[in-house]
Amino acid sequence: MEMIGPALLTIITAATPLLFAALGEMVTEKSGVLNLGVEGMMIMGAILGFVAVHFTDSVTVALLVSILAGSAMAALFGLLVLKFHASQVPTGLALTIFGIGLSALIGQSMVGIAYDGLPKLSLPVLSSLPFIGDVFFRHDILVYLSLIMVFVIYYFLNKTRAGLILRAVGDSHDAAHAMGYPVVKIRFLAILFGGGMAGLGGAYLSLAYSPLWVEQMTAGRGWIALALVVFASWRPGRVLLGAYLFGGITILQLHAQALGIGVPSQVMSMLPYLATIIVLVIISSDPGKIRLNAPASLGRPFHPSR
Amino acid sequence: MTSSNNYLLDIQGMTKSFPGVLANDGVDLQIKPGEVHALLGENGAGKSTLVKMIYGILKPDHGTIRIKGTPVTIDDPAKARELGIAMVFQHFSLFESLNVVENIALGIHADSDLKSLAKEVVELSERYGLPLDPNRHVYTLSVGERQRIEILRCLLQKPQLLVMDEPTSVLTPQEVQKLFMTLNRLAEEGLSILYISHKLDEIKALCHRATILRMGKKVATVTVSEQSTTSLANMMMGEAFTESSKTRNRQIGEVRLRVNDLNTQATDATGISLKDINIEVRAGEIVGIAGVAGNGQDELLKALNGEESNTDASSVLIEDRQAGKLGPNDRRRAGLASVPEKRLGHGAIPDMDLIDNAFMTGYQRMGLLIRGIINYRKTRSFAQQVINDYGVKTSSSTVSAESLSGGNLQKFIIGRELTQQPDILVVSQPTWGVDAGATQTIRQALRDLAEQGAAVLIISQDLDELMDITDRIGAICGGRVSSFYPTESVTIDQVGLLMAGVDLEAGAEHAS
Repeated sequence: MEMIGPALLTIITAATPLLFAALGEMVTEKSGVLNLGVEGMMIMGAILGFVAVHFTDSVTVALLVSILAGSAMAALFGLLVLKFHASQVPTGLALTIFGIGLSALIGQSMVGIAYDGLPKLSLPVLSSLPFIGDVFFRHDILVYLSLIMVFVIYYFLNKTRAGLILRAVGDSHDAAHAMGYPVVKIRFLAILFGGGMAGLGGAYLSLAYSPLWVEQMTAGRGWIALALVVFASWRPGRVLLGAYLFGGITILQLHAQALGIGVPSQVMSMLPYLATIIVLVIISSDPGKIRLNAPASLGRPFHPSR
Repeated sequence: MTSSNNYLLDIQGMTKSFPGVLANDGVDLQIKPGEVHALLGENGAGKSTLVKMIYGILKPDHGTIRIKGTPVTIDDPAKARELGIAMVFQHFSLFESLNVVENIALGIHADSDLKSLAKEVVELSERYGLPLDPNRHVYTLSVGERQRIEILRCLLQKPQLLVMDEPTSVLTPQEVQKLFMTLNRLAEEGLSILYISHKLDEIKALCHRATILRMGKKVATVTVSEQSTTSLANMMMGEAFTESSKTRNRQIGEVRLRVNDLNTQATDATGISLKDINIEVRAGEIVGIAGVAGNGQDELLKALNGEESNTDASSVLIEDRQAGKLGPNDRRRAGLASVPEKRLGHGAIPDMDLIDNAFMTGYQRMGLLIRGIINYRKTRSFAQQVINDYGVKTSSSTVSAESLSGGNLQKFIIGRELTQQPDILVVSQPTWGVDAGATQTIRQALRDLAEQGAAVLIISQDLDELMDITDRIGAICGGRVSSFYPTESVTIDQVGLLMAGVDLEAGAEHAS
């Protein structure tokens, strides 16, 4: 019992940045755009959020700055991909490399500075429950927000007209265009949203998970988030499940090391990707499942003239 | 004189020109309430242009549109819908991964909750005999069912005028009958229908009046019951229309292509398994396989041309040679050429120019490859020969395949195969979406090929085409191919039964 409580706590904190980034990327992909720049957007959110909290001491400002930082990176991507018809895959890769470099430059003077971490919000009554209260109801605002976003996005995609239009754009941009829906505008908004969410995921890393700035501190979490979207076959509930599963594996790997279990840590860090490949193979074996959930226009450039 | 107020839609002097073409030249059209009005004309006569102006997709240069006597300008489709005009397109714009209700909701530009919409859809579909489950996903539906979505989508807007652009080109004869019953019912309830087609039988069966267009001009508006099919055809085609001569002075010879109990396994859930297929095609013979899309046509073509080779070598015999295990290149070398249905991406590589595309299938039989090095000069003259012989309209042989119009590219692809003088040609949908002129060229080329002693197998959804040019005809349904019958001994309805998988006991006696 003494082990489980802290372990659960750390799993939640490890899962939260993945959840933010993956949810955002899922919405972007549902509109038919593949943005491989998640890692770059995350790390820009991480550094600028850290800078903001350092100079203003305001959590609200820091989070807003993180969202803006991620969205700004996404806007750059959207401009290149939607306006100038750049290919999505290399543009996304470039965005990641660009983000890692730029964040290191900005963060030079931030290395070694510590921050207290986001304040924990104890939910009244619930947090005083034994065990459960400690594990589930004494978190910072971002943990709660990430969980709320799962429901918000599920509701948006499946229950609102705007969500239906977004899915339609991702399914067939030509048909959506023919019906008079503004494909480019919808996609741009989806990309911005994805960027903002990635920025928040980054902020969680530098403000809560390990509240300080280290170069390349996202350490591949953007890629895990991308894998997570496929793993979840583009469904919000499964993104939640996947994020906690992948977060759990990350923590398991730390504890395994501490307990001296002889599995090399590299093998453990492979697990999320391995799981994704297995899931990919499983869902690929039934094309019906792919057709149902995967956005059919994913990654395809849209030329309205055709 | 009746005042123009009696007309639901009254169009005067519509004119629209495109660079180099006068697509519509002073066209008039009047539609009464509750009337099924045919817009009749050959491909390229200006039907689509006129309809697009009515639906607000194109802007007319001149001309007035009145609805119930009031002059209107229709700037975009939304305005057209507001005025009570709805349109069912020839090629549907549907979202495959969404379900029926979601698709309909996206088309009607109004926020309505899906549950009550689903109820409305079910009610409407029952009322008009258009059975449709609102929760099915579109990718699981047949073409006929997809068309129903479009029709229901239109009806939900409670239109006064329903425009249908060649709605039957993808349906079985039986589905066509059902559609006509629905349309009649709608017309009885006071809906006007503008029915665009070049199929005279359909117009005779369904429409009250017809407006005939030729070369962008209105020829006449007639009452259909007072006209014969021939008189309608005459007006449509211009000079006295003669039934296409079916003189066949072809020598039917040896069996060149034989398919023996061919079986395949579907590669994915949406594919079709071929079951016990037996076909033989003789030298000098054109054999047709009818069928509604998605019944195994693609699989059959691939099994024949070697894209999907078989484990049983004797399942496909090319000139008595066991070819079942051979791949496409070996079969081509053995004399079997093929033209797939999909032109861009299967028959031709979109981004490559015509020379490279000519090389892709022609290098063996035309000797364009010398020790692994492309003989570019020879390839270019091969491509140029195809362009000249088959009247492909293009500025040069170095333009990309995708820049050609559908008809021109099809002429190029068919020409490329025929120039190689195959002994056997398997072709799928030879004139799909091709204009009238190119259709003539292509059909004549296929006849000529057979006359030279080749065996020709045509897989097509266009029944009129098959009835026109084949010697024997059968149908594919659910991966099974029916028996074959001499084309002149069967009626369109009988072929319709074959397409639905019904055995023609009566027809078999004729055949023997």
